[in-house]
Amino acid sequence: MHPLLPGVEGYMYPNEIELQWSILIVLYPYITGLVAGAFILASLERVFKVEAVKPTYRLALLVALAFLLVAPLPLQLHLGHPERSFEMYLTPHRSSAMAMFGFVYLWYLMIVLLMEIWLDYRKDIVQRAETSTGLKKWIYNILTLGSHNISAAALRIDDKVGYFITLIGIPSAFLLHGYVGFIFGSVKANPWWSSPLMPVVFIFSAMVSGLAAVMVIYMLTCWLRRVQIDMRCVDTIARYLLYTFIIDFSLEMLDLVHRIYEADESLSALDFMVHTKLYFSQVILQIFIGTLLPIGLVGLTQITKLAEQTRKAIYVVSGCLTMISIFAMRWNVVIGGQLFSKSFLGYTSYKMDFATREGLLPAIVLILLPFAILYVLVKLLPPWPKGEAAA
Amino acid sequence: MKDFFRNGEHLIRVLLLLILGVVAFLVIRRAVVPAEFGKYGHFRPAAMDDIRARAVKFAGHETCEACHSDQAEVKSKGKHANVGCEACHGPLAKHAEDPSSVVPQLPDTKILCARCHEANQAKPKWFPQVITAEHSGGMACNTCHKPHAPKIGD
Amino acid sequence: MEMTRRDLLKKSGKFILLTSAAAAAWEHVLAGNIESAPNYDVTKHWWAMVIDPEKCIGCGNCVRACEAENDVPTGYFRTWIERYHVNDADMEHPQVDSPNGGHDGFTEKYHDSGKTFFVPKLCNHCADSPCVQVCPVGATFRTPDGVVLVDQKYCLGCRYCIQACPYGCRFLNPKTNTADKCTLCYHRITQGLTTACCEACPTQARVLADLRNPKDPIHEFLRTHSVQVLKPQMATHAKVFYKNLDGSVR
Repeated sequence: MHPLLPGVEGYMYPNEIELQWSILIVLYPYITGLVAGAFILASLERVFKVEAVKPTYRLALLVALAFLLVAPLPLQLHLGHPERSFEMYLTPHRSSAMAMFGFVYLWYLMIVLLMEIWLDYRKDIVQRAETSTGLKKWIYNILTLGSHNISAAALRIDDKVGYFITLIGIPSAFLLHGYVGFIFGSVKANPWWSSPLMPVVFIFSAMVSGLAAVMVIYMLTCWLRRVQIDMRCVDTIARYLLYTFIIDFSLEMLDLVHRIYEADESLSALDFMVHTKLYFSQVILQIFIGTLLPIGLVGLTQITKLAEQTRKAIYVVSGCLTMISIFAMRWNVVIGGQLFSKSFLGYTSYKMDFATREGLLPAIVLILLPFAILYVLVKLLPPWPKGEAAA
Repeated sequence: MKDFFRNGEHLIRVLLLLILGVVAFLVIRRAVVPAEFGKYGHFRPAAMDDIRARAVKFAGHETCEACHSDQAEVKSKGKHANVGCEACHGPLAKHAEDPSSVVPQLPDTKILCARCHEANQAKPKWFPQVITAEHSGGMACNTCHKPHAPKIGD
Repeated sequence: MEMTRRDLLKKSGKFILLTSAAAAAWEHVLAGNIESAPNYDVTKHWWAMVIDPEKCIGCGNCVRACEAENDVPTGYFRTWIERYHVNDADMEHPQVDSPNGGHDGFTEKYHDSGKTFFVPKLCNHCADSPCVQVCPVGATFRTPDGVVLVDQKYCLGCRYCIQACPYGCRFLNPKTNTADKCTLCYHRITQGLTTACCEACPTQARVLADLRNPKDPIHEFLRTHSVQVLKPQMATHAKVFYKNLDGSVR
């Protein structure tokens, strides 16, 4: 008997019993979503001149970089032959959305994110190259790429080019995460995934998670550094979070209502699954605790005037709930899409191991790794704004 | 313009680095992509040959009949005329290649025959099927039936 | 020169009974340089299969033969048999089972008047295959003669193709860590043999067909019988044709 058969109800095609994409594949869109969302927050200030969020500009970029560096790792761990992954650069199959991953990732990493960070930090890098000693001096010198020109004219050029890069960075961020949505949304074999709304839902939920992440990280780092939180900044981020979340939620509800109304052959299988296997992760965690509650809490801060301490508490709680919710959303899409049979006659279970290549332990390590990288980045390229008041 | 070169020279360094990277990539690509990739479509043509080179395990009934023409003759007149030799005797390409190297074991009819002929509601009604416990009481099927000419009286 | 009876039979058997073309190829197979086998022209074939579920007795010979021929790992299936039990008019909710893919046959389960039958399944070798479309590197592909294959030396094991197949015919082979599926016994059919499953089927419920061969019986068959493919709404242009497939079959 198949070892996973006890977890099967009804009928699954024999090869469908075991899930193909594990928690690592849930993690990947979550991480790239955080990247895209953090970048959009940075662009709010740079391109859309929302000056209130300037204190988080550099932090948002570093958060994006930290997560982007980790993004390929869950994929490498998942592949049957990670040593062959370079083939995606050598012979990309143009009809495959996944083939575009390598190039979009490289483009975004090098041309958009690294360039923007470099241009914004160049003055600091050159100054530190000249004043520090030992290993640090060596690192900063490499980062200058040999040029120590930080005259006003040079910095003006940097500013112009940086603006332009952020400008193309916005559609690039959408592309980076939108294509992930398309990878799922274009699979006609899977009715849980196949939808033109998928890339759009992914992008908006990415923005929500990125905004929440930077907001919480900003508040956390202020607390750790015993510096006053710029309330105007977090109030603004929370407001954008609210608007984006409302749009995201509306899109997801649209998908649901549309599905229920059209009631095609897949509905009975999917509906049943949402009521049983995905009940906790989708209905309770993603929708009620993770979406309606944060929207309600942050919405409250917009309707009535609340004390600063109350608002801080709401932002932290809502931010954390949001980040959990968006993870739950990725889980419900990726794992949910594999729990039901393509015969619509049965369900299987996801058996997640702990200390195996695709188990819970590597997933935990991979979600914590960006914070470790962020710590190093923050030490190397401090993003703290000037003139902060002590808490 | 001169101003740009003086003050934007760091950007030119970046551009040069980028160009270097692209060139390096193209060179590596040229060296590493498998030969003739794309000849018939977006794949490595030698893959077809790799698969074609697999060992054959079932010889096919025509090959069996070359040596075992007497059994083939008997079988062709009976109810098992369209049942291939290896359907019951298993994969025997190795035996066909070198008969003495692999001596096929005669299958145990108690297990073998029931696979097809044990009664089951899902089997087509016209297909001969019995509940073997009632039909033979546990006796081996070839006690009464000759496998190559199974109908009693043939 | 002394020639034993065995040698004589071997040589003449090979020469007479394999077609002379296949005999020429056989030498190359034995020598291990299949690519020089001169006789197989990919442009002259377009492979398909015809399945008659009404002839299937669920014996599992095909599943076992495929496993033996292709070293299919236990618990994974390049071909499998499903048993359907349909109660009256409720075509939407058949009871379906496939114990170990039908590898060991089916024990009796139903004792009623419901409609019960077997359906053998395998890769449909779709002409417009969604699995080929999504492969990021070109490790799975359709040959010019219509067989969808996986390049075991090139596949990354990303499993996108497994997700994209509407029929559930793909799996990840734990020994090679690459995607795997029915190859329509490409190594056999390119030498004039039939697939292992068709060879082993005692009732000819499964028959290999070559659509580009004007003499192949499939042309007459398609003209005179009612045929269906699985999930036609997916527009994959599947090439496994089922005769009189019941509406309840998924």
